[in-house]
Amino acid sequence: MKIKTLEDLNKIKEKGLNKLLSSDKPHIAVGLASCGIATGGDRVFKALEDTIKAKKLDVELTKTGCFGICHEEPLVNVRIPGKPLVILHKVTENDAEKIIDDVANGKVPEEKALCKIEEWDHLTLDETVNYGKGYSNIPLWNEIPYFKPQKKVVLRDAGIINPEDIEEYIAVGGYSALYKALTEMTPDEIIEEVKKSGLRGRGGAGFPTGLKWSFIKKEKSDIKYVICNGDEGDPGAYMNRNEMESDPHMIIEGMLIGAYAVGATEGYIYVRAEYPLAIERFRKAIDQAREYGFLGENILGTDFSFDIGLVSNAGAFVCGEETALIASIEGKPGRPRPRPPFPAQKGLWGKPTNINNVETWCNIPVIIKKGGDWFSQIGIEKNTGTKVFSLVGKVKKAGLVEVPLGTPVRTIVYDIGGGAAKNRKVKAVQTGGPSGGTIPTSLFDTPVDYEHLKELGAIMGSGGIVVMDEKTCMVDTAKYFLNFTVDESCGKCVPCREGLKRMYDILDRITKGKGEEEDMETLEELATTIKEASLCGLGQTAPNPVLTTLKYFRDEYEAHIKEKRCPAHVCVDLIKFEVNKDKCIKCGLCYSACPVGAIDWKKGKTSIINKDKCIKCKACIEVCPVGAIE
Amino acid sequence: MEKEELNKIVNKYDTKSGKLLGILEDIQRNEGYLPKDALIYVSKHLNVPLSKLYSLATFYSFFNLKPVGKHIITVCTGTACHVRGAPLLIKEMERLLNVQPGETTSDGKFMLTTKDRSFSLNAARCFGCCSMAPVIRVDGKIYGYSTPRKLPEILKRYGWIEEK
Repeated sequence: MKIKTLEDLNKIKEKGLNKLLSSDKPHIAVGLASCGIATGGDRVFKALEDTIKAKKLDVELTKTGCFGICHEEPLVNVRIPGKPLVILHKVTENDAEKIIDDVANGKVPEEKALCKIEEWDHLTLDETVNYGKGYSNIPLWNEIPYFKPQKKVVLRDAGIINPEDIEEYIAVGGYSALYKALTEMTPDEIIEEVKKSGLRGRGGAGFPTGLKWSFIKKEKSDIKYVICNGDEGDPGAYMNRNEMESDPHMIIEGMLIGAYAVGATEGYIYVRAEYPLAIERFRKAIDQAREYGFLGENILGTDFSFDIGLVSNAGAFVCGEETALIASIEGKPGRPRPRPPFPAQKGLWGKPTNINNVETWCNIPVIIKKGGDWFSQIGIEKNTGTKVFSLVGKVKKAGLVEVPLGTPVRTIVYDIGGGAAKNRKVKAVQTGGPSGGTIPTSLFDTPVDYEHLKELGAIMGSGGIVVMDEKTCMVDTAKYFLNFTVDESCGKCVPCREGLKRMYDILDRITKGKGEEEDMETLEELATTIKEASLCGLGQTAPNPVLTTLKYFRDEYEAHIKEKRCPAHVCVDLIKFEVNKDKCIKCGLCYSACPVGAIDWKKGKTSIINKDKCIKCKACIEVCPVGAIE
Repeated sequence: MEKEELNKIVNKYDTKSGKLLGILEDIQRNEGYLPKDALIYVSKHLNVPLSKLYSLATFYSFFNLKPVGKHIITVCTGTACHVRGAPLLIKEMERLLNVQPGETTSDGKFMLTTKDRSFSLNAARCFGCCSMAPVIRVDGKIYGYSTPRKLPEILKRYGWIEEK
């Protein structure tokens, strides 16, 4: 049915709430974002489904998105009517029978429980959702250290509602901000509200969203476009994937409000091809939104019309840049062009176009619903709201972390992430992907906001935080990022195309033990030139990983160049592959780890590596508990 | 590629947006690569120079111009995977599959295919499954927390036989 009035919307809301809070039967939802599926969530879903069928039980089984605590996946939500929502963790298909048996008897399998939710504020819903009280042995979700410092604004529905069911989105207040915008607000009032919120672009640069909208609003044109940039290309960043997979309607609603505010009638969602599930869920969400009258002609009975098309990027990092993205949607190779003219003046097919990142759009419905003032109270001055970070790498508890802007790095890495895995020491974090930089532990009290990170030579970027420990080589890391940007440089401008390649060659030499002392200076000189002379953001930021590692970890460069030694034992050409007799504890772990039988070892004897057979795969170094292989 | 199927794909995209890319992506998905005769057909049918299609096919990493193996193994080389050992996974895969390491094909892409065409090995930028790094993907299925030692077990599920 097409929703035309508030009454229609409320009717669907009631229907959706009945699904989420059904009072007559137990409700189970399996976390099935890409990460949940990869850890076996799909097998758990199948097993639960089969068990329910075999036992002929009246239990509701649905999908949900990702709750963000990725290292505990697969997650399963279980709810008995009137009782708290319980989140089970590390569930396997073998647990299915026990879960169903317990649920059928009005219980939850407490031994599998990670946490419980008694009430939940979806922010866009006027009242909080009350599940009920109980299960005194299970901790509340925000009592566990991983979630304690977090604040869920963008991830307000993720892992709770079914992303493939528009009625569950409407149930938690979905599309009510759109209704408010279309019936109670003028376009200028919306832009004013977004300005008041202080929201800044979440793609990385942090440009004020309201201001950006006011530029395109001023343009006169027969047609204007809005675009959602879902081309999350930074390696090590995946929050946009989760936002798209777990709550696609939130993004569509944000785009609708933005389109109304700036006078656009067509929109595009641009998603990278590596995210097939996000594409699939968007396709479903767009179809449902059309069916319910949120996309198409005369939306919600007003004279506002808008529709959305979906385009997938066939694999090119540079297409995250606005002008390259536009070229790609037009079906051309995605090469950036000089600005001005900015997309707000001449964008897609030469028409005024506004591009925002996925997470920027996510914030729009809640800003309109709760007001710009409410939003500006979160975070710190000039850096309002929250940011979702993907906390990954050598961290104990990896996952998606949403915190108010201005939260110190230390809180994110230690309080939430639990420090380094395997009892090692954290050495640094890398933020902002190939355009960002590394931050050493000595600077971990730095608040994470746009200005402070920039001061350190890093950037916020889209929100990847990769933790590095003592076994990560910083020269190798810098080389890794340059290899990435060399490959992804579109080749249009010389400083980026040729300069980055030269920098890569120097780093490659250093990691192979052929570095010379003047290399560090040459790297710095090249870096400065490339930053100043490149055409687009890719080249202007690509030297950052090298500059920050040179600044904070110069000793590692020196060890590679002067002593021909890789302190972290990463650079293969600088490892001798010899066993240090004084350190070896004769445990034989290296002997069994070697895939080619190159290690001689007998009980009670020091291992010997046969260099003719050795393929330098480092399997022995990985397993050696005392670091005896040098 | 069958004419009929090609026609279906070409006709599916009657919108102006992403038309060419959409068509090429569908052909790539169906065939695993972009066959020359299919590109010539699209070029003639849509009146687009073949050079433009070639430009797209070589710019975007999703496309291949050469046939690939029956099973596609992709090692993720995102940052989280890199620091947790993705380079070692590539090295071990090259050894297990007995493909020449470090080579790129003539279209400038890293795609190594075994002699019997049962496997192709390549690398990806990031799957966005960073929490379970390092990650590999075989025919769309993701295997997290991979180590070189786990690889033979995974490969065997796709019919790989260890050479003695």
